[in-house]
Amino acid sequence: MQEPAQIVVDHISHLYRPPRGREVLALDAVSLEVRRSEFIALLGPSGCGKSTLLYLIGGFLPVEKGDIRIDGKAVAGPGPDRGIVFQHFALFPWKTVRGNVLYGLERQGMPKAEREKRAMEYIELVGLHGFEDSYPSQLSGGMKQRAAIARTLAFDPKILLMDEPFGALDAQTRGLMQMELLRIWQRTPKTVIFVTHDVQEAVLLSDRVAVMTARPGRIKTIVDTKFDKNDPDIFKNKFFVEKVDEIWNLVKDEAIKAQGKRSA
Amino acid sequence: MIKTLIRYLPLLILALVWEMAARFEWVSTTALPPLSDVVRAWIELMVDGELLRNSASSLYRISGGLGLSIVVGTILGIGMAWWKPVNVLLAPIVEVFYPVPKSALIPVTVIWLGFGDGSKILLIFLGCMVPVTIGAFNGARASEQVMVWSARSMGASKLRVLWDVVMPGAMPELLNGIRTALALSFILLVSSELIVAQKGFGYLIGSLGAGGSYDAMYAVVLTVAFLGFAADRAYLEIVRRTLAWRSVA
Repeated sequence: MQEPAQIVVDHISHLYRPPRGREVLALDAVSLEVRRSEFIALLGPSGCGKSTLLYLIGGFLPVEKGDIRIDGKAVAGPGPDRGIVFQHFALFPWKTVRGNVLYGLERQGMPKAEREKRAMEYIELVGLHGFEDSYPSQLSGGMKQRAAIARTLAFDPKILLMDEPFGALDAQTRGLMQMELLRIWQRTPKTVIFVTHDVQEAVLLSDRVAVMTARPGRIKTIVDTKFDKNDPDIFKNKFFVEKVDEIWNLVKDEAIKAQGKRSA
Repeated sequence: MIKTLIRYLPLLILALVWEMAARFEWVSTTALPPLSDVVRAWIELMVDGELLRNSASSLYRISGGLGLSIVVGTILGIGMAWWKPVNVLLAPIVEVFYPVPKSALIPVTVIWLGFGDGSKILLIFLGCMVPVTIGAFNGARASEQVMVWSARSMGASKLRVLWDVVMPGAMPELLNGIRTALALSFILLVSSELIVAQKGFGYLIGSLGAGGSYDAMYAVVLTVAFLGFAADRAYLEIVRRTLAWRSVA
């Protein structure tokens, strides 16, 4: 018998209320199941509600209609079982890299000696050794995101929520960070929900890609993208190329629809 | 050191011109006694303890009023940014109170608390609270949602987030507001003491002027000016250290 899903999203609808103007239906009866240690990408055009879905799972936004359960328990607010990494890092600028990584461990009440050791381990894991006493303002974008990832991994959440984490980085850094994330994920397998609008990135990293429709966001299809990600020539890999093509065709119509709505 | 000297050279020139203007009687010495006389008067005021006695009571009033305004203003400002009901309740009051010339409240505070320290402390407190509240409010309101969410997901309670994320995030704006308050506190102190007081810098300036001891009066004016300047410099140094994380890049 198959293990029950770790994360169950059950007919979630969500209204977005802008500070002014009319409210919009951001998510329309979205259902999704994510298995333990699975890497799933939420892919869709901008404004399709993929980040909103992530924030709902994170417990940052209140569930209004539908149901989200993690290990059978309904989500009621944020918690350290779900770590999050944001596009713009969200590091505390008044803390050093070490201070940032220590923060979650302090909140968990970990003894001092242990948390110092743990923080250094994760700073090393993301390749920031030697920068532990730097402030975020002294780091490049890629290094900031490494620090943010170390901060989130250090308190050992079961689930990693990533909101376009490499979207603010230049192309080379992004490529490196994708490889790095894959390496880290293979070493410390966690359930990952990864929001992106980059088809290649989604196929490269995830086991499954959930393609979302333009607003109101629904899940259009889920594409299986599990294959050996350690292929050094992965970008020329036939399976990779086919999947990118398949998903691109799925997402293209939605992107065009989203564009049309915006210019209308 | 030499740089600092060069920087303040214009002040030295001004002092020289002052001395010469009075010595050669380009202006009436009643209006402008020679700087050297002012210095002599200053030493006399120090020796007989008059200046120190009055300084002590002025500094007590300033630290009391300013200290209270920092504590209360910070709480109010962050409260307004963080809880809608507090904002609804306080925003119109702050808005209306903001443009009131605080010196207009001098008689009011005297009616309430008399001629002593209480009325001065209350006046400074009321006046200084406004820039502190506004600074704290603007700073706290700008706190980034994603930073708050990050802290919450790491297990911080809502109250903890206020202390760990909102406070430090509000700090640059808050410290700016406090600097304005610091300058304002000297203005309110001296003007209230000039009008009704039995001691303090303002009282001393007023009574020396009324008695015709203009050199001594100038000595007190210069003392207040110097204290205001020194307080601002010291404050900027505190700010520089508190916000070290901002300037490291």
